[in-house]
Amino acid sequence: MSRDLPILKVDQIHELEHAVVDGVDISGHWNRMFSDRSTTALPTEAMDWITSLDGGESMRDCYQCGKCVPVCPVQHVGDYGPRKLNAKVVRGNDLIDDPDLWLCTTCGNCYRVCPKEVNPLRIMPAIREQAVLQGKVPDELSDVFRNLQKSGNPMGESPRKRIDWIAEAGVDVPIISQIGRAVDVLWYVSDYTSYHPRGKDAARAMARVMTALGIDFAILGPEERSDGDSARLAGESGLFELLAEQNIKAFQKYEFKQLVVMDPHAFNAFKNEYPRLGWEGEVLHYTQFLAPFVDKIDFQSSVDLDVTYHDPCYLGRNNGEYDAPRKLLEAIPGVRLAEMPHTKANGYCCGGGGGGMWLDGFVAEHVSERLSERRVREAVATVGMDGSGVLSVACPYEPSRFEDAVKSTGNDGRLVVRDIIELIDQAMQPPAA
Amino acid sequence: MDYVVLLKQVPDLAEELEIDADGTGLDREWMSFVASEWDEYALEEALHLRDASGGTVTCLALGVEAGAVDELLATGLARGADRVVKVGSYEQNPDSHTAAAAFASALGSVKHDLVLTGVQAIDDLDGQVGPLVATLLGHPHVSVVTHIAVAAGGSSVTVHQEYAGGVVGEFEVDLPAVLGVQTSREAPRYAPVSRVRQLMKTATIESLEAGTPGTGSGLTIESMSVPESGTTAEMITGNPGAIAERIAAILAERGITGGGAR
Repeated sequence: MSRDLPILKVDQIHELEHAVVDGVDISGHWNRMFSDRSTTALPTEAMDWITSLDGGESMRDCYQCGKCVPVCPVQHVGDYGPRKLNAKVVRGNDLIDDPDLWLCTTCGNCYRVCPKEVNPLRIMPAIREQAVLQGKVPDELSDVFRNLQKSGNPMGESPRKRIDWIAEAGVDVPIISQIGRAVDVLWYVSDYTSYHPRGKDAARAMARVMTALGIDFAILGPEERSDGDSARLAGESGLFELLAEQNIKAFQKYEFKQLVVMDPHAFNAFKNEYPRLGWEGEVLHYTQFLAPFVDKIDFQSSVDLDVTYHDPCYLGRNNGEYDAPRKLLEAIPGVRLAEMPHTKANGYCCGGGGGGMWLDGFVAEHVSERLSERRVREAVATVGMDGSGVLSVACPYEPSRFEDAVKSTGNDGRLVVRDIIELIDQAMQPPAA
Repeated sequence: MDYVVLLKQVPDLAEELEIDADGTGLDREWMSFVASEWDEYALEEALHLRDASGGTVTCLALGVEAGAVDELLATGLARGADRVVKVGSYEQNPDSHTAAAAFASALGSVKHDLVLTGVQAIDDLDGQVGPLVATLLGHPHVSVVTHIAVAAGGSSVTVHQEYAGGVVGEFEVDLPAVLGVQTSREAPRYAPVSRVRQLMKTATIESLEAGTPGTGSGLTIESMSVPESGTTAEMITGNPGAIAERIAAILAERGITGGGAR
C-alpha cells in the first residue's frame, strides 16, 4: 500500500481513508474495529500524569513487546523490569511510592533496543523529581543529597581536602588558581578519584602519566564540585543545577583548551547537560584524551596480565565511546585483552549509575544479588579462572564497587580491579628487580 | 496553635576554620554557612506538632548579610513552614542580646503560642537567645528540651529535660512560652534543592524592623586561637597489624582485657 493516500484520524488512530488490500476494497468504518480501541476500563490518571512531566512523555509509547526484558541488568536479579514499569502505570500506579522507582540505574540498555524509544533516562529522573519534591526519598539517598549540597561531594568531605591525594602523587600537580596562566588541559579530577582511597590511586597515576607525556595541565582543586549528574538522574535536578552553576563559574574563570575528565558521569554532564546551563567546550574522557598519545607513552615494563574491560554505561552505551579504552589497553605491553560476553553496547551495568551508587541498602532489599557481583562473576569466568585476572575499568565508581563484589562473591585472589590509567602507570615504571 | 521558630546560620564545619588576620574572628574567605543544627531540630519539632494537631509554623531569621538568609528561610518553606520573615539588617550575626531584642520586637507583631529555637549554636555557645526572648516578652521558658507534647485544649505544653544519670524531668508550661530545643523526635527532613530553588524565585519572604537595639552583651572578643595539641595522647602509627598489637598491649597493660587477649 502506498503511504500517500488520504489519511484520516479515527479514535486517536491514523488510518487510510480508502484501503485496498490484494485488490479488495476494504474502505469504510465497518471494516475497522467494531468498538473504541482506546482502553478506557483502566484508570488513566497515572499515565496522564507521568506523560505530562517534562521527560515522562515516552512512557505511553511502550507496546509491551518485551525487547527490554533480556537486556535490563536489574531484571536479571529481581522482579523489576522496564516493561513491567509501563504495565504498572497502565494499571494506575504512578510509581511515586513504588520501590521500582529507585531500582533503574539509567544504564540505557533497554532504550538501546526499544523500537518505540521509550526512554527511562528521561522518564525516571522526571518521576523521581516529583518524589523528591514530595520528600519521598530513601534516607540513604537524601543523606548523599545533603552532602552534595553542603560540601560538593557525596562523602560530605571538606572541599579543601579534594587535593589531599596530590601529596603522594610524586609529581607536581598545578592548581589553576595558583599558576595564573592559561593551560592546554583543565583536568576535572571528580569525586571518587579525589576522595576515595582507591580512586586516589587513579588520580595519582593520571598525574604521573600526564607529566611524563609533557602535557600542560592544571586542576581546579578546592573549587571543583561534583558534576552532579548522578544527583540529576536520581531526581534532584535543583541540586544538579546548583553544582553545575558552581562548576561553570569555575570553568569560566580560567583559560584552557580542553576539559579532560576521569568520570564518565562527569563526561556525560559536561558534554550533554552543561550546554543548556551556559557552558560549552571540548570535553574528553581521559581514555579519549590519551588514546592519540599511545605511541608516545614510554612503556618500561611488561605487565603480563589477562585483562577484561568493563564498559562504563556513561562512556560506552550512552556516549558511544568503546574504542579509546581498548586502544590504550592493547598498547600496554603484556596485556592480553579478553572480552566478557556482555560487552560494548550490551555492557552490563555495575549498578552505580542513576543514584544506584547511593542506594545500596535500599536496592539490596529488592534484588537477589548486586549488579556489581554479577558483573564480577562474568569477569572471573572470562579472565580469572587461573587466579591472575584483571577487571579493568574507566569509571571512578567502579574500583570500590567491584572490589567489594570480588570479596562478597568469594573471588578474592582470582581477580583484581584496576583502572586503565593504573595499568598504564604500572607499565611505565621500570621492571621490578 | 501558632508556632514560631527562630533560625540562624553558623559557619559550616565541612570547611576547616581559620582565624583572621586580626586574631579576633574567623577568616571568611573559605567560610560557608549552614543552618544551626539545634535550630533545625526546633523547626522539625514545630512541623511535627503542627502536622499532628494543626496550626501554623512561622520561621524568623535575622537579616544577616554574611551567609544566605534567604536560602535559610526558603529551606524552611521547603521543609513545610507556612510563613517566613526576615528581621532587621545586620552585617554579621549579632550577639545573643541584640538578636533576642530583635526577635522579641518582631514577635510583638507575629502571632505566637509557642516559640521554639535551638538550645544553643556552635558559633558562640551562648545559649541565651531563648531565655532572653522569653524574659523580654514575659513568657515562661525551658531550655534543653527533648520532648514536646501539646495538652488538650492547647493552653499548655508538656516538655522533658534530660539530666545526668538517666533522670528525666517533666514540666508543664503555660502558653505562650519559649523553648530551647535540644533534639527532635526525628532527624530534620531533607529539603530538596529543587524545591528550595523554586521557592527562592516564587516565595514571599516578609521583612520586619528589628526595633530599638538594646545595649548588646557588653562583651568583646579579645583574641581567638586554635587549641594547642597536648602531649598526653599517644598517636599509634604503623600498619594495621602493628596498630592492633599496640592497642591490644595497651588494653592488657591497663587491665581492661585479660592476659589472654593476645
